[in-house]
Amino acid sequence: MDTLNYINNGHGLASWLLTKDHKRIALLYLVSITFFFFLGGLFAFMIRLELLTPAGDVLTAENYNKMFTMHGVVMVFFFLIPSIPAVLGNFLIPIMIGAKDLAFPRLNLISWYIYVLGGIFTLVAALSGGVDTGWTFYTPYSTAAANSHVITAALGVFITGFSSILTGLNFIVTIHRMRAPGLTWFRLPLFVWAHYATSLVMILGTPVIAITVLLVAAERVLHMGIFDPALGGDPVLFQHLFWFYSHPAVYIMILPAMGVISEIVQAFARKNVFGYSFIAFSSLAIAIIGFLVWGHHIFVAGQSVYAGMLFSIISYIVAVPSAIKVFNWTATIYRGSISLDSPMLYAFGFLGLFTIGGLTGLFLAAMGLDIHMHDTYFVVAHFHYIMVGGAIMGYLGGLHYWWPKITGKLYSEPAAKLAAGLVFIGFNLTFFPQFLVGYLGMPRRYHMYPPEFQVFNVMSTLGATILSVGYLLPMFYFVHSIFRGKPSPADPWGAKGLEWEVPSPPPTENFAVTPIVTHGTHQYAPSKEVGVV
Amino acid sequence: MSDGYPQAPSVGLPGRVSIQAPGNPHDEQSSAHPHHPKLQHHFDDMGQQAEASTLGMWVFLVTEIMFFGGLFLAYLVYRTQNPMAFQEASAHLSWKLGAFNTAVLIFSSLTMALAVRSAQTSESRGTQVFWLVTTMILGATFLGVKVIEYSEKFAHNNVPGPNFVWDGQYPAGAEIFYSLYFCMTGLHALHMVIGLGIMTVIAIMAWRRQFNTEYFTPVEITGLYWHFVDIVWIFLFPLLYLIGRHYGGH
Amino acid sequence: MSGHHVSHHVAPKSLYYLIFALLMIGTAVTVIVAYFDLGAFNNVVMLTIACTKALLVVLYFMHVRWGTRLTWVVAASGFVWLLIMFGFTLSDYLTRGWVGGTLR
Ligand SMILES: [Cu+2]
Repeated sequence: MDTLNYINNGHGLASWLLTKDHKRIALLYLVSITFFFFLGGLFAFMIRLELLTPAGDVLTAENYNKMFTMHGVVMVFFFLIPSIPAVLGNFLIPIMIGAKDLAFPRLNLISWYIYVLGGIFTLVAALSGGVDTGWTFYTPYSTAAANSHVITAALGVFITGFSSILTGLNFIVTIHRMRAPGLTWFRLPLFVWAHYATSLVMILGTPVIAITVLLVAAERVLHMGIFDPALGGDPVLFQHLFWFYSHPAVYIMILPAMGVISEIVQAFARKNVFGYSFIAFSSLAIAIIGFLVWGHHIFVAGQSVYAGMLFSIISYIVAVPSAIKVFNWTATIYRGSISLDSPMLYAFGFLGLFTIGGLTGLFLAAMGLDIHMHDTYFVVAHFHYIMVGGAIMGYLGGLHYWWPKITGKLYSEPAAKLAAGLVFIGFNLTFFPQFLVGYLGMPRRYHMYPPEFQVFNVMSTLGATILSVGYLLPMFYFVHSIFRGKPSPADPWGAKGLEWEVPSPPPTENFAVTPIVTHGTHQYAPSKEVGVV
Repeated sequence: MSDGYPQAPSVGLPGRVSIQAPGNPHDEQSSAHPHHPKLQHHFDDMGQQAEASTLGMWVFLVTEIMFFGGLFLAYLVYRTQNPMAFQEASAHLSWKLGAFNTAVLIFSSLTMALAVRSAQTSESRGTQVFWLVTTMILGATFLGVKVIEYSEKFAHNNVPGPNFVWDGQYPAGAEIFYSLYFCMTGLHALHMVIGLGIMTVIAIMAWRRQFNTEYFTPVEITGLYWHFVDIVWIFLFPLLYLIGRHYGGH
Repeated sequence: MSGHHVSHHVAPKSLYYLIFALLMIGTAVTVIVAYFDLGAFNNVVMLTIACTKALLVVLYFMHVRWGTRLTWVVAASGFVWLLIMFGFTLSDYLTRGWVGGTLR
């Protein structure tokens, strides 16, 4: 192919490291995020290896604490939060809205460098001995007791937070100000709606974790009394501040995945989404109500029971917009002309796993039940069903769906189907036993456990092994496709949307001429809005 | 618009998305300002570019509100827990210096607003630079007073940490108060230092006659930032300096 | 966002001077009121004046008075979210004493 596109328009390392093209920056993110994903996976592997037997034989208790901390920090802050927004959102939002780039291209590049800088801090913390506080950095342990590299890791989180803020800011301004003529809000792809809602959470939540982490650093380094009860502080205040961000952060991970699923379900059921505006508004509802539930993390931490009741009730309410989405996707698939290509397999996986994750979340939102379940493997299983079963399934589904657009190459579909199957089986084998063992009372964050729990843990480790094969496989066929894959047409799936109308891979400025949109961008079938053409 | 790229093929449903060259309503403005040197390639016109920048700044300020908000929340919680200690500790701050700095900062907000106005109305570069430099001098004055206040606290070991000394009734609560005092005013001062840095660049640009009615967004968003810093101080001043006035202050 | 026009409202200088004077008066009143012990009412007066001053700065110095509806929404959302954070956190701290002998 000798047509000029964003990949061959400029060569050499500098043309990539200094690029302001949102598509190239998305690829920079893709590479660095993939690195952190496998790094976090390595820590997870060490955890599962240790838990294969009841005795603590592979790692010391201290090293085990460091493993689950580094696993959490890397996966949450350096993989899950940036994954879909920074890679797929960055690549697709300008194209989907008919713009040449994000509103602030230079800021976009800067945010990648900030992410890398935060990542370097975290790597330094990991290599120089690790952190053992848990990814939650709870005080006063993190400020007064822990003798690991808390400050370095906390600074890593602080720095990468700004990357997230700048991405959210860029998206909000872009979606408000850069839409092509005629592309009204209710013609936008649901992927864009989901990212708009995500950006709101990034903007409103991330600064709070930034200041919280800064206060932890101040207390630890300067011994100022802020959270440490010995110095007159209140550790529960830390938990309020921490979860004010960190509960909504779950929606930073899951909302973009929901956006991906909305696109995939329409494309592979060949139907317009059922209840467009319900899905669009439920994204906003999740973003907003999601800010009002953080107290469900501290039911047993000393929070007033009255506040607990309030947070419990709202936690139930926030399940409603998520359920609306699941019902609407199901209704979209119903009587659709379904093709089971690999992106759709991930979407099906998402639907089932996210539903299980969401429903078990309701168990934990009940204050009475939470006293039994708190800090057990039931919680671990629940949030992995959301974060891995939901967010990563969405990420992989999106990556498979848009890979031909991003690279201009087709990957091996049988290999992709195999990987999707392995991920689904491996995931369930890893985490379903954890619901059971957690319900039976196995606490999280210990490197030893009573022998009667071993059978569940062996299943879990076996599942994790299968899961890791499922995650490694795409590395091979994706990379293979870049060199050997057949060139992709502009629209290999027969999907709708502006991104499928530009060539694969798109030219640097996306559109030779700014498109003028006269109908919703996703018309799989004529609808009322189309009217008489 | 770049030549040489293939025209986006219209493989979609015909009539759904029409790709037309002329008649784009967004292009009307840009034809009125052909190739303004400050227009970035991905914007249609100067208006869109300016609106994007100011919206971006407002969104950024929302993140700043939440950033300082965490500190204000800590203040709220600890003050409800230690009401007397906070009054006692506050009484040891110099309300005169605080009030002086409040006046300085409000005055600097006025000069900043006039700086934006002078760029907006294409006044001479001398006028633009004058208001910017006045604002910077006022900002520097504020920081100078802050240095005096801080060094007084350091001299009396009223800085939280292992060497904290408090001869009042409530040493534990007072230490929390001063932890918050230093975090809040310290971060506020850091914002002012950053503001002064930005304003230096803006003043140089103004001197090079870069701002006029057509293009003054950088001055405008710097102004937004500076006013925000002023607003933070409007709350910090009474909450830190004045709550102990009637407590037997001096 | 309909019209992409550069023009912004140019406020008369006299308006800026008026706002400046109001801000200075507000500061003076805050300082004076702080000398009288009004109990909890001190906080009410202090914060009412501070909010009014902040509102003046936002509306006039920051031009929101003449801004788009979007600017209004964005500017307000920051303060609304702040109140959400304060309110829900206080729902914990202010109700802890309601159950005797359990939590504190
Ligand atoms: Cu939560």
